[in-house]
Parts: sequence; structure tokens; C-alpha cells
Amino acid sequence: MLLIHCPHCREMREEEEFSYSGEAHITRPLQPELLTDEEWGDYLFFRTNSKGIHHEMWFHAVGCRRYFNVTRDTLSYEILESYLIGTQPTITGATS
Amino acid sequence: MKKYSAFSLLKNALSYHENWQKVWRNPTPKAEYDVIVVGGGGHGLATAYYLAKVHGLTNIAVIEKGYLGGGNTARNTTIIRSNYLWDEAAQLYELSMKLWEGLSQELNYNVMFSQRGVLNLGHNLQDMRDIERRVNANRLNGIDGEVVSPHRIKEIAPLINISPNSRYPILGASWQPRGGTARHDAVAWGYARGADALGVDLIQQTEVTGIRRQNGAVVGVETTKGFIGARKVACVTAGNSSVVAAMAGLRLPVESRPLQALVSEPVKPCLDTVVMSNAVHGYISQSDKGDLVIGAGVDSYNGYGQRGSFHVIEHTVQAICELFPAFSRVRMNRQWGGIVDTCPDACPIISKTSVEGLYFNCGWGTGGFKATPGSGYVFADTVANDRPHTLAAPFTVDRFNSGALIDEHGAAGVAH
Repeated sequence: MLLIHCPHCREMREEEEFSYSGEAHITRPLQPELLTDEEWGDYLFFRTNSKGIHHEMWFHAVGCRRYFNVTRDTLSYEILESYLIGTQPTITGATS
Repeated sequence: MKKYSAFSLLKNALSYHENWQKVWRNPTPKAEYDVIVVGGGGHGLATAYYLAKVHGLTNIAVIEKGYLGGGNTARNTTIIRSNYLWDEAAQLYELSMKLWEGLSQELNYNVMFSQRGVLNLGHNLQDMRDIERRVNANRLNGIDGEVVSPHRIKEIAPLINISPNSRYPILGASWQPRGGTARHDAVAWGYARGADALGVDLIQQTEVTGIRRQNGAVVGVETTKGFIGARKVACVTAGNSSVVAAMAGLRLPVESRPLQALVSEPVKPCLDTVVMSNAVHGYISQSDKGDLVIGAGVDSYNGYGQRGSFHVIEHTVQAICELFPAFSRVRMNRQWGGIVDTCPDACPIISKTSVEGLYFNCGWGTGGFKATPGSGYVFADTVANDRPHTLAAPFTVDRFNSGALIDEHGAAGVAH
């Protein structure tokens, strides 16, 4: 069970209150019709799947119902920070 | 390799079973191989076995960072079935089923394949519509299956609760009599022994740390025991596939997630089939030892830690107690997690890559064990001939760019 800090509620809450929403910092292309199949497939399906530091989105489903980002170690599951969408993480690591 | 038989058992009994030959060698790696299989789990060992057996390649090594069959092969719930919806997937899993049916004889190793049947329960109208559709599709593909009523389910699994008053009442099920279970470790060991006898080097405790390339083609792998040359490298590394792909500068559309399972204390025989439910989310069978083997859900987040969240286990145990109220008093013995490589369409990737001589077999997600023989068979063919096997052709990595996905979320058994 993860304990996740919601930067909107400013509280540590249990994982069951949240839902995971995949890798963070993936921007939807502004003009999808101009992309090649490779670029569009890459945007839709290909993720870094890092072993180690990972930036990911979480949704506080039974709390404030807002999205935010989390930096987490996918090997130890330790949550290193949570931060608002639109801001950059302070902890970054080499991803493998 | 000495053949196992009633005679050899008798003969070795006379010498107190102290003179059985080693099941496989423990060789030091050669400088170069024709094919290196990265990953010594069930799929990797099956790949090596069929490369040697069917394609006559014997200068092969399997490189495993831990011990053989110590990853997801040792962590799954051993369920075997082939009742997938789409033609492409159904044919791939049915090939596996046919190979399972002769596997113990083929390998001269008892994999304890037991065709005890698999029930996939439906708990609401939409479930039942999906089940009818899937069973019809299966029968058109020559795969056995029938839609059964709650009373028939009760005959098959007498301990099950079919009361209409339960929270999620059972309305029916799909029933595949040829489905069942096998002994997971024995599958890895049987393939390992068979491959070793054909001259394949099984190299354990050796981790691949890099994939060396020259002019866009593979020339070998860097390992913790030094560089080993290879003309072809076939990666079958399940949850670590993204990590291995990154060594060659490739990306894969897979995400690694923890999937958990648990077993109870051994109890007397009480469940002689496999019961699965997507809607309440649990699946259960009883091993020959007597433990109830229970599969839980996949965690929602990415992880490589081989453990998952407690609430996932809690949810599954609730479902099992709802289906089998008698099991509420059974104590659980062990719980563990494995790292599964989930694909966006819940189907595997069996594919060449943009690097010449580099192949990937991954993305089996939550249901790879049942496919072990077929996966090895088609992947060996793909690697040996440098083109996709007919059954593997729909499963190339290109489908995520072309859009020709094979959506098996409905039949995959575990929500991804």
C-alpha cells in the first residue's frame, strides 16, 4: 500500500483513494493529423517504463478529484515527491 | 541423456537413487554462439529447445541472470486454456494447447499437465453476452467450449455458491474442458533438460548488461562474465523487456506491473477444476499438493519490485470468499508478486526489431504461462528463419504503429 501526498489537499492519503494515470509529461500533439503513423503510435503506446526514477500522474479519485504528478522509484516503490501539473520535478534520475 | 522410464526408476532404486545423472550440464560460456537466448524462463527455454529440435541449431546459449525458471515461470498460477476471442490470439494459444497435450511424452519429463477444465464465470448480462460470443468464436476456430448454466457449474464445482442472493450472482460460465493446469517448475526443467540434451548451453547466474551492435546488426552481448559473441540475440525477458530493449536503443510499448498470487495451507481435495471470474476478480484452483492457488489482480502502477499492494490481495480474497464461502476459514500460507510486461492490447509481441539479428518475445502480460510451448515454437521459427512465423505475424511490434491491434482484454482474464 502506497502512501501518497496530494499536493492539492496537502495531505498524505492511502493508495486506494487514488488511481494511477500513467507516465507524466507526455504532451498530446497539437496537430495529430500532421503526424506519421510512427509518431502517433509512439504518442499513444510507447512509454519509458523506467526501472528506477519514474514521473507519473495520479488522480485523487475519492478526494479532490484532481490530477497531479508524482516522482517514484519503481524498484523500491518509494515516493520521492509529488508536484502540481505544469511544474517540473525537482528529482530526476537517469532512466534505464 | 538417459531416458526416464519405469525401468530406470527401478534400476536407480537398487542404488538408493544416488546415481541419477545430472539433469543438465553447467557449462562455461563459449566465445561465440549462433543464437543467444536472453532469459531462462519457460518461454526462453522452450525457444532454445525448439531452435535445437525443429531447426537443427545447436550452437545456442540461454543466458539467465538468476536460476532457470526463477522469474514469472515460478510465480504464476499455472492455468492453461485457449479460449481467446480473436482468431489471431486463439490460434496461437490453441497451438500451445496442442503442444501441451503431448508435452510430457515429447520431453520425457512429467510436466503434470492436467486437463481438469476451466470455468470463466459470468455475473451480469453483459458478461453472459461476451461469454456467448467468445464461446461461439472459439468453436468456429475449432476450440472446445460451451456455455454452461449455474446448475451445471454447481455439478462441476460443488463448493461454489450459485445463490441468486449473492452480491454478484453467478449467471453462467464458459467451460473449456481441455483447459487445466500444469506444474510450472517442471515445464521449465523439462525444456531445460531437453535443450541441454540437444547441446544447448544453459548459463545461469550471468546477467546480460549490454547488447553490442555493429553497423545496425547484433554482434553479441555484454554479460557479468564478459562479452559473448552471437549472430542472433533473442530476448525473452518478460518484466525486464524494456530494460533489455533500452540496451539496444529500442523502446517497447510495454509497461511492467506487479501481479500477485497466494496459496493456502494444503487441504484435502475439494476443487478439481479451475474457476476464474473477471467481474469479481479472482481465480482459483487446487494444486496436487492440496494448496488452493489464488491469483490476484495486477497493480495499477508500474513497478519492478516483485511485490504489490495489499489491497489488491484483499479484493481478490473477498471475491474468492464470495464464490466459495467454505474457503473463508482456510489460512493462507504464502503470497508473492511477479513483474508482468503488459501490452496496450493484452496480446504479446513476437517480433523482429529494427536491429538486425535482434528479436523480442515479450508483452505476455498476465497470461504467459499457458502459452509457453507455442510461444517458444513460433519464436524459434521466427528467429531461425528471420521472418515471422505465420501465427506470429499479427504479433509484431509494428502493430502499434499500423493500428492493427488485437484487443484481448476481454479474454485475457486479468484486467490490465
